Amino acid sequence: MSEQGGEKGGMDLEEETSGVVKKFMFVNRKAPHGTIYALEALEVVLISAAFDQDVSLAFLDDGVYQLAKGQDTKPIEVKNFSPTYRALEGYDIEKLYVERESLEARGLTEDQLIVPVEVMSGEELARRMEEQDVVIGC
Amino acid sequence: MAIEVADKTYETDEEGYLVNLSDWSEDVANHIAKSENIDLSPNHWEVVNFLREYYSEFQIAPAVRVLTKAIGKKLGPDKGNSKYLYELFPYGPAKQACKIAGLPKPTGCV
Repeated sequence: MSEQGGEKGGMDLEEETSGVVKKFMFVNRKAPHGTIYALEALEVVLISAAFDQDVSLAFLDDGVYQLAKGQDTKPIEVKNFSPTYRALEGYDIEKLYVERESLEARGLTEDQLIVPVEVMSGEELARRMEEQDVVIGC
Repeated sequence: MAIEVADKTYETDEEGYLVNLSDWSEDVANHIAKSENIDLSPNHWEVVNFLREYYSEFQIAPAVRVLTKAIGKKLGPDKGNSKYLYELFPYGPAKQACKIAGLPKPTGCV
């Protein structure tokens, strides 16, 4: 029982999918609750992590509310999934971009967000978007 | 579907995962483990408890890759590898251990 490096188990998808790495950006524009978009996008992002792609998330318009600290969803009887954004780091998804204008228009500041993000202008965000292979609007 | 432990009935989905997180107890865990032919040892409990803590912090069950890495960080490389975890939970450390831990099936479990 001295075998090391047990990572060779057959369940890993990494080996089959290494080869092509594409840049994916998920663009979140909607408030976290009231529609299923934000939660579904988050689940797709978590699943995408299994395929070792270059994944980033952008938050703009009401999408910035997805990252707001201190959400209380009890009165609307839905799950508060905002803590899950803090799990993204463990999935090696660390590129979270927030549009400054959207944040400011809603009176939010960076320290009111639940995870570390990179705040940037819409112009800069557009540049990042330009670099992607795939952009998915949510 | 449902399971019965000590004269109480608990609702499960078609794959045997508890429907209500709050139904979980150590007795329920032992019952589910037994039906999967697992005798829960302290090493099993370590993983089950780790999963429950992870869930309460992040509101999801981790994918197996993430679980393996996180266990390695917390309990050391001897335990943070697929071989060790698959020996404990032959049907997948995330899938099977989550079921025993009373959590939903992991997100990103492809």
